[in-house]
Amino acid sequence: MNASIGITPWFWPAMLLLALVAGYSVYRVAALQSSRWSGMATAALFGLWVLAFWEILVRALDVPRVLLPAPSLIMGSLVEHADKLWGDFVQTVVKSVFIGWALGCSLGFVVAVAIDRMPFLQRGLLPVASLTSAIPLVGVAPIAIMVFGFEWPSKAAVVVLMTFFPMLVSTLAGLKAAGKLERELMVSYAASYPRTLLALRLPAALPFIFGALKVNATLALIGAIVAEFFGSPTSGLGFRITTEAARMNMSLVWGAIVVAAVTGSVAYALLVALERRAAFWHPSVREG
Amino acid sequence: MAEGLAPPRSAAARAVHNWFPVAVVLLAVVLAWYAAAWGLNAPGAIERVLDADAGYTQMELFDATMTMERPLVPAPHQVAVDLYESLTGWPVDSPRNLLYHVAVTGESTLVGFVLGTALGLVLSVLIVHSRTLDKALLPWIVASQTVPVLAIAPIVLVVLGSLGFSGTAPKAFIAMYLCFFPVVVAMVQGLRSPQKIETEMMHTYAASRWQALWLLRLPAALPFLFPALRVGVAAGLVGAMVAELPTGAQAGLGARLLTGSYYGQTVQIWSALVMSALLGLALTAVVAGVERLVLRSRGGV
Repeated sequence: MNASIGITPWFWPAMLLLALVAGYSVYRVAALQSSRWSGMATAALFGLWVLAFWEILVRALDVPRVLLPAPSLIMGSLVEHADKLWGDFVQTVVKSVFIGWALGCSLGFVVAVAIDRMPFLQRGLLPVASLTSAIPLVGVAPIAIMVFGFEWPSKAAVVVLMTFFPMLVSTLAGLKAAGKLERELMVSYAASYPRTLLALRLPAALPFIFGALKVNATLALIGAIVAEFFGSPTSGLGFRITTEAARMNMSLVWGAIVVAAVTGSVAYALLVALERRAAFWHPSVREG
Repeated sequence: MAEGLAPPRSAAARAVHNWFPVAVVLLAVVLAWYAAAWGLNAPGAIERVLDADAGYTQMELFDATMTMERPLVPAPHQVAVDLYESLTGWPVDSPRNLLYHVAVTGESTLVGFVLGTALGLVLSVLIVHSRTLDKALLPWIVASQTVPVLAIAPIVLVVLGSLGFSGTAPKAFIAMYLCFFPVVVAMVQGLRSPQKIETEMMHTYAASRWQALWLLRLPAALPFLFPALRVGVAAGLVGAMVAELPTGAQAGLGARLLTGSYYGQTVQIWSALVMSALLGLALTAVVAGVERLVLRSRGGV
């Protein structure tokens, strides 16, 4: 695996030529007019070229593995340590992130609906909730660990705290999104408050709610991983990243990061797909 | 809906209308905090402070939970006293003064924020003017928003550390790349926000690309830029604090959090947490203040 190509006199001219080929190919694909897929294709091609150059340069220049392992090494450690990383995935994503995210989001949603008819509480909570986005909430991790112990509940608690406020703020904004005309129509139908909520205002709030769900998915991953930096049992993506980084086993660290990145993107894609099904009638979905 | 009620007219009445509910909510938070301190500290207090055989009154139990040396959850006034002593009892450059740690973390956050914003601005201008960059790079930058990029912080620390960088530089680097992504995404959107009719008008004036950028696109992008800066500075602060964890750093709010949790100094953790919250609020407030000044001087809101 470590067979270095070495620097022969023709190495740099060859690299320059390859770079020109790469640049030109990306340029040509980007110039294609076929609308939708050319964007994806360009990005994918660009990504592949980056990986190729990464691999070639790291090997040829003998970059120490501690600095930057080659993509093939990272792939190798992903396969080799698949069971370890699967354990980390279950520990961090399935337990801490998913449970914390679901709890935090539903709590934010329920509180928002509950105070919908209490303008006093809204005026009190909304400024406080909006300000929390400026606060490094993940810092409560050491406190959560003391109160809930080292296992996943402490991480889930951090995630609940981080996801609660964005959901609260977005749902409150969404409940105000229904147009005046539609509300007056509901009044003219003599629709009760719950009926208006279910038939008009919650559906109108869906894009806001999904926006918060998507933002929170990333926040929850960050929260759980960083909370594990503060202390965790012997598994978890954050635990793996810190301990293997301390042992200079960088290809496994990169492997854990690949798992986290793929998880984040897949979660986002799933939520987008769900939004398309749930809010198919909304202009933002129909156009996109 | 109750929003239909007319808001009160006079300035004083408006202030009460706006701030009284916030005060009530904050008071409820403090009360809940006291209740949590009482409930969670009670077992430890019974075990360590009170004599279970001799018996104790509920009042003594309450007193004990509020004054413990290393409580599970310190009461708000304990944190307030600790903060006050730390801020007034020591010179500003002493590691015992929390302002020193605020300065350490704030410095790396700000350096990273400025660099990340500058880099983001340059890249967004390039993306808007190059179809190739737009299609090749932008999808990756947008996708990075769904990925916990903060997770690569330990790698950055190891790599920069073995290259001989230590202290502020690695922390600022992490804060930089966290600020960078939101700025690029928002600026590309903002630079593209001018209507077709406006860009065509620049065209009829025979404006160069630079003039169109300077006179039309950049001003139009400002309302997009500032929310991204608020997000960026908050993310940068989290990044700077996280960067202080694995290095065994002695100074900075993140280091205070970590040493506090190593030695079970709960009051120290809470004080550091309060200071980091204040630092985050101050940084965002500064960005919001600049935003208001800039937008007002441009005749906006």
